[in-house]
Amino acid sequence: MSILGNRVQRREDPKFLTVGGTYVADLDLPGSVHLTFVRSSMAHASIQTIDTSGAVTMPGVLAVYTHADLGLGNLPPIMDMTPVTMTRSILASGTVRYVGEPIVAIVAETRQAAADATEQVIVEYEPLPAVVDPAEALKDEVLLFPEAGTNTAFTLDFGGDSALFEGCEVVVDRTIANQRVAPCPLEVRSSAARMDADGRLEFYASTQAPHGVRQMLATALALPADRVHVVAPDVGGGFGAKGSVYPEELMVGWCALHLDRPIRWTETRSESMLGLGHGRAQVQRIRLGGNRDGVIRAYRIEVLQDGGAYPDFGTVLPFMTRTMTSGVYAIPKAECSSVSVVTNTTPTVAYRGAGRPEATSAIERAVDMFAAEIGMDPAEVRRRNLIGPDAFPYDTPTGTTYDTGNYRGTLDLALEVAGYDDLRAEQQRRRTSGDVRQLGIGLSCYVEITNGMPDGEFGAVEVRPDGRVTVRTGTSPHGQGHVTAWSMLVADQLGVRMEDIEVIHGDTDVVPRGGGTMGSRSLQVGGAAVNQAAIAVVDQGKDLAADLFEAAPEDVVLDKARGLFHVVGSPALTHSWADLARAALDRSGTPLLAEVDLASPGPTFPFGTHVSVVEVDTETGKVTLLRHIAVDDAGRIVNPLLAEGQVHGGIAQGVAQALLEEVVYDQEGNPLTSTLADYSFISAAELPTYETRFTETPTPVNALGSKGIGESGTIGSTPAVHNAVCDAVAHLGVRHVDMPTTPTRVWRAIQDATAGRS
Amino acid sequence: MRITINVNGTSESHEVEARTLLVHYLRDEAGLTGTNIGCDTTSCGACTVLLNGESVKSCTVLAAQAEGTDVTTIEGLADADGRMHPVQQAFQEYHGLQCGYCTPGMVMAVTSLLAENPDPTEEDIRVGLEGNLCRCTGYHNIVAAALAASKIPELRA
Repeated sequence: MSILGNRVQRREDPKFLTVGGTYVADLDLPGSVHLTFVRSSMAHASIQTIDTSGAVTMPGVLAVYTHADLGLGNLPPIMDMTPVTMTRSILASGTVRYVGEPIVAIVAETRQAAADATEQVIVEYEPLPAVVDPAEALKDEVLLFPEAGTNTAFTLDFGGDSALFEGCEVVVDRTIANQRVAPCPLEVRSSAARMDADGRLEFYASTQAPHGVRQMLATALALPADRVHVVAPDVGGGFGAKGSVYPEELMVGWCALHLDRPIRWTETRSESMLGLGHGRAQVQRIRLGGNRDGVIRAYRIEVLQDGGAYPDFGTVLPFMTRTMTSGVYAIPKAECSSVSVVTNTTPTVAYRGAGRPEATSAIERAVDMFAAEIGMDPAEVRRRNLIGPDAFPYDTPTGTTYDTGNYRGTLDLALEVAGYDDLRAEQQRRRTSGDVRQLGIGLSCYVEITNGMPDGEFGAVEVRPDGRVTVRTGTSPHGQGHVTAWSMLVADQLGVRMEDIEVIHGDTDVVPRGGGTMGSRSLQVGGAAVNQAAIAVVDQGKDLAADLFEAAPEDVVLDKARGLFHVVGSPALTHSWADLARAALDRSGTPLLAEVDLASPGPTFPFGTHVSVVEVDTETGKVTLLRHIAVDDAGRIVNPLLAEGQVHGGIAQGVAQALLEEVVYDQEGNPLTSTLADYSFISAAELPTYETRFTETPTPVNALGSKGIGESGTIGSTPAVHNAVCDAVAHLGVRHVDMPTTPTRVWRAIQDATAGRS
Repeated sequence: MRITINVNGTSESHEVEARTLLVHYLRDEAGLTGTNIGCDTTSCGACTVLLNGESVKSCTVLAAQAEGTDVTTIEGLADADGRMHPVQQAFQEYHGLQCGYCTPGMVMAVTSLLAENPDPTEEDIRVGLEGNLCRCTGYHNIVAAALAASKIPELRA
């Protein structure tokens, strides 16, 4: 019987639970010294002078560097999609464009000495007007990069149909915020580097993509890629933000090349809140038109993306938003356009969902507004517009082809688990009685794209002469459980015990190629590559066994229950994996090994329905999340324990955006949420136990039938919770409350609505 | 200054700067890197250890303040034979960890919470863990693990 689909406990856990993981800061690097940075305290200023003389003479200080000392040019534009005129240097040159931008690098014998030395650096600034609001940036009155002549860094404009909403009986139109949030992995950014015995750069990175780090180090430091060896040890979370490579990391590499000591750098959380990229940060004008019978006829979203001070991955993410414009609905006409601008804030990057939560939030709010406008239950409006189960593959108006789906199935199940009719009855009861604590019920039907920038992946399976199996993967897990999941895939194909399988990841010398772990790609490409390599090894094993048995390969079978090969009908005479691995070495001197470069299988489209139940105290505006029901469909589930874990974490981050979290700047660009004491990182106390279910609609895109599950929780949950909050106070005349729906915002919305100001 | 602390049953004595935090003492001097640092405002709880049996955030205790105390870190929770403590076992069984970074602090916090309140409700656990942040699990399985651990007779003795 196959192990796949079982709740297999993680092989990774014992180490984490007994001695802790080995993160970059835990590495034993004898003789290492500490790098730290002097960062800009101004959002926008030209640097007049930098006086480092006081720092250089501090005890324990080994080196102090500014941009002028590095002799390096600017870093390349992101994916060649953003302007060269908006690129940055590793250390600020001439102008600083956000609070937290690194200006001076200091290397000292100890962490404390380095920190003390930063206090002795004097930077003289000539302040420039700061642009914080992307709508202001769009006006181009203050330019961050005068040589670019504009603040616009990236646009998507496929033209528009001026008659888009013609004939619609009702059109809802609103501008809403998908606010800036901080990814906040528990481990902050950290890296270390030294020169190895062969004079190569050995670099330890807290990253989601070690091969990407290698490439970026090679590019930025002008080294051949084969002179750079990157290792991602245990990584304490990434959530997309550790998919980018940061200037500080490149500085670590540069210092290792120029100082004869191993270099360490671990930022503080307060630095991380400004230095690690932020997520979301869209302003969206949403318009949705349809008829009073509930049929949606047209939808348009215009995105204003805040890219932060230097275009990073966030600047181009509206592309993903556009890909998922029309969501789960069969809308005949749908359009998306976008403009991304630079502002004097921390650059925005990928954050769990990366462009898709923004698309889902927009259309799910629009559908709810439309439902409210025509006076129809939001579940019924959704039912009337869902793409049917027989419509796949389905081409959307913005040019996306969905693979498979059963949207109605997840909606029905979610409503059933929630007890939707009873909830509506309870809501009505409270409305009628004028209860202080009103009930809100929110729905979100989502579809998203995983492996969305489709690429392939490397996977290798090798059987060693002792019968143990070594798996190498190009994915780079940081909590997802690939060691367990990939072991399950290989155990299932080879019939070996999971404990006899070793999974290696995150070392660019051992794993030749890899795309890393992001965009919920890992199982459907990395797992699929490992699975394919395992199948290839079984085929090789059969050929070798056939030789040993002097039988035809087609007569040899692998008894997976025993992990032994035999000839059909002769189960007593067997060869083990160890026998075959030795035979391979004896015969040709080559190991029993299959390496696979899986060609890009294209994206898949997970989907689902979330239902959220909140209570809103109408006197204080305080929202309490009572229940959250998540029905997700990511195709075949390899390990429900791991898949649920992904959903749980995603839900919490999604709820956090709906209710609590927001990165805030004042008008001068000073960050107001730069510590975990100020930023409302969601805790256990604000969350309930979730009610999760899976439906399994396989995809034909890969042999496993699996889609990605890493981001669905985030994508599905935010609009469900947000809709629930708006629903709780809808009867008071509130049409919309922007996220995060803090007590202040909800209370004010109620006050405005009851005063007729909605 | 020289600081002596009984860490996981072993007497550790090291010369440190007066400003040294307990977490840095544990990581840099005692070489116990299981205890992690996640913030600089006493908000995240990643550095939670037991000091004389009670949970503290070791980033907010000076090593000097811990002079002469008994400190237990994640490395000292399993028994002498290496058998995991019931809270550690529950975290494994209920998939209460993903990236593992908050885990040592979270496990110590749960251990302390159950010592204080052997029969907690879900609400007690959620409120009790408010000072320990996790970004991966959504807390769902951490709470489940803590509840399950609270039912283990060994901990209720």
